[in-house]
Amino acid sequence: MGGTVSANHDGANLLEVRGLTKIFGTLTACNHIDLNIARGEIHALLGENGAGKSTLVKMLFGSLEPNAGEIFWDGMPVKITSPGVAKKLGIGMVFQHFSLFEALTAAENIALSLNDGSPISTIAAKARALSFSYGLPLDPESLVGDLSVGERQRIEIIRCLLQTPQLIILDEPTSVLTPQEADKLFETLERLRSEGKSILYISHRLEEVKRICDHATVLRHGKVVGHCNPRQETAASLARMMVGSEVKAVVRAPAEGIDTAPALLEIRGLTRKPATPFAIPLKNINLAVRAGEVIGIAGVAGNGQGEFFESVSGEVLQQDAGSVRIRGKDAGGLSITGRRLMGAAFVPEERLGHGAAPRMKLSENLLLSRHATDGKAFVGSGGMVKNGAVYSAAQRIITAMDVRKSAPDPEAAALSGGNLQKFIVGRELDRKPSVMVVNQPTWGVDAGAAAHIRQALIELARSGSAVLVISQDLDELFELSDAIAVMHNGELSTPLPIAEATFEKVGLLMGGAEPGHAEHSLEVA
Amino acid sequence: MDITVNILLTIATAATPLLIAAIGELVVERSGVLNLGVEGMMIMGAVGGFGAGYLTGSPWIGLLAAIIVGALFSLLFAVMTLSLATNQVATGLSLTLLGLGLSGMIGTSFVGQPGVRLPNLDIPGISSIPVVGRLIFGQDPVFYISIALTAAVMWFLFKTRTGLTLRSIGDSHTSAHALGIKVIRYRYLSVIFGGACAGLAGGHLSLVYTPQWVENMSAGRGWIALALVVFASWRPWRVLAGAYIFGAVWIGQLHAQAFGIPVPSQFLSSLPYLATIVVLVLISRNKRLTMMNTPASLGQPFVPDR
Repeated sequence: MGGTVSANHDGANLLEVRGLTKIFGTLTACNHIDLNIARGEIHALLGENGAGKSTLVKMLFGSLEPNAGEIFWDGMPVKITSPGVAKKLGIGMVFQHFSLFEALTAAENIALSLNDGSPISTIAAKARALSFSYGLPLDPESLVGDLSVGERQRIEIIRCLLQTPQLIILDEPTSVLTPQEADKLFETLERLRSEGKSILYISHRLEEVKRICDHATVLRHGKVVGHCNPRQETAASLARMMVGSEVKAVVRAPAEGIDTAPALLEIRGLTRKPATPFAIPLKNINLAVRAGEVIGIAGVAGNGQGEFFESVSGEVLQQDAGSVRIRGKDAGGLSITGRRLMGAAFVPEERLGHGAAPRMKLSENLLLSRHATDGKAFVGSGGMVKNGAVYSAAQRIITAMDVRKSAPDPEAAALSGGNLQKFIVGRELDRKPSVMVVNQPTWGVDAGAAAHIRQALIELARSGSAVLVISQDLDELFELSDAIAVMHNGELSTPLPIAEATFEKVGLLMGGAEPGHAEHSLEVA
Repeated sequence: MDITVNILLTIATAATPLLIAAIGELVVERSGVLNLGVEGMMIMGAVGGFGAGYLTGSPWIGLLAAIIVGALFSLLFAVMTLSLATNQVATGLSLTLLGLGLSGMIGTSFVGQPGVRLPNLDIPGISSIPVVGRLIFGQDPVFYISIALTAAVMWFLFKTRTGLTLRSIGDSHTSAHALGIKVIRYRYLSVIFGGACAGLAGGHLSLVYTPQWVENMSAGRGWIALALVVFASWRPWRVLAGAYIFGAVWIGQLHAQAFGIPVPSQFLSSLPYLATIVVLVLISRNKRLTMMNTPASLGQPFVPDR
């Protein structure tokens, strides 16, 4: 149906932006941006990290105040001074960095953004009904703190839809969904479009933009560099517009002699009871990652990937020391530092607050994670920190990973998501670890940065390390992996060699199609 | 029998100021602000309440003055920490030091003067019923205010939309701001409510508990109220339980000392603190509930980016 319902060109635009500018200190984040969104169209906003997409969107939603420029809503000039004003106009937003409250239930979170006085139970019932009708099942009574990233995003989307907005802004909405879930979202978006709603769609997945978007506005370095109809472009031409030069495709050199190579990371019969009432138990997981190969773990958010990562990295210790083995030695009883000292490296899912301390500088974050493994390089006699050595190592990583930043050694929180992720991955790669475990390596990261990170992971493997990548992004896993295993409801399938794996096969496993994977985790009580 | 009733009444009198100050601070901390100035606001309320009562001769005007002085004093804290984003711990501590010093200076001429006392409730025919009449219908007015306040705060925080909004701000002020909630406005009102409560608690000390002015008469009760909030894991009914446990053991150990029990008096004096901590720790064993009730953004300054 995508082709039949296209943009409505006869009426006035729903939203028009003229010369919108935002300046932070010496940085012009948005420089005279013009943007038109018609009624009933899905409009893509494309751009690399730091191109000004988030800043622009925040100004449209009233979280930031523009320095100059005008916004017209329905032909009338408006000042969007707060998110409340935006909501009253009919602008809804699904945030990339979630704006949820962890100590509250899903229903309470939704209630907070609705301005009507209806009781929580009514809102919960509405949210439940809406979530099922759009195929995004959600338990309104569950506590957000217990939910996975994907489930949290469902709350954001449902919360936005309940406000019945005219314009919906979606910031990287599909990055945590399975292909099937993403398809459902696209159906939802197409349904909203046919109802005359407009959608501003921010994504780095160019195939997706080509598939559902009617128009695209491309930003680079805070300026609009082009408007186009994405259906008439190729993914490569869109990427070129965004980056300003060709994006290097990820090259996966053939892996040689893997069958005879030693397994550097072994998981044997890993079992874990759920730590909280909502956590997923791990059931007898077995896996071996050999020197030189990349193994990918696919799965819908909230099927035990987080619990699995915690157990492998040592955030949670195992009772059976042999359930995690690094370079042939038992490591199940060791802490993260103990496992790092054995040559392993870990990159957790959340960049801010887990992978990095947001209010500390990059060099300080480097020291925090590597003071034990690189004690000689970073800590001198008497326990004094060698600031110079740490600083130059941080600069080395910044150069190697092409991290773009506004100051020589900024706070972690000051970097855009993709650039911080490049730094965090680079921080581990810099050690040349023999075992690397990464959870969601390129979540919310644009094409250029993602390609860089993926290429670096493949090169690490080909240089003789074992690399394990947990991801919900199937494109990424197919690009990176030599074999793909699927996690469903706390169980792990046997890895499918990449030559035999197809989207369909993996997608079915993610839904729990394999015998022994019969229970469906998406069912909500 | 009469002795038991008298003991129960003194327990209620000892627990009331703790309860009121702690309930006020609970609301403040639920909004994500840590005001360590409770002791200072309380003593300012005590001196203000005594002064107004002494000068006008009306204990009710005294009580009202205590509330207003406490609220005004907390406004100073609110301007510093919320509008100027100063460090909350340092500002709260200086508020306490300022309050202790200022109240001593203001109160110099009040020392040794006879105060006015709020009369106990007296319903003819009912208040004189043995035991029940005196316990339920014959206490001082602030006792009833404290119980009503606890119930009202429980209802407000957990049953109203405004209360939910307040708790959400305490959980994550950045998320709340992103949704368009007026974080600073909510926090101002919370801090002022906390100040009014601390002032009222101080007024209870100088208009009911011991109707006179003595320098430093709050004697650390503000700090106990602060501790109660944390040990009660930010839940109103636990604050109530904590305040009464503290009051009961406090009065109990005073009687024990009077009877001359052969236990060092220092140990007896420390018992109320020990008992309160043990009981509240035991009832907060559920980590999940504690996680849900701890305001995650407590003490962090918030500067909205515009």
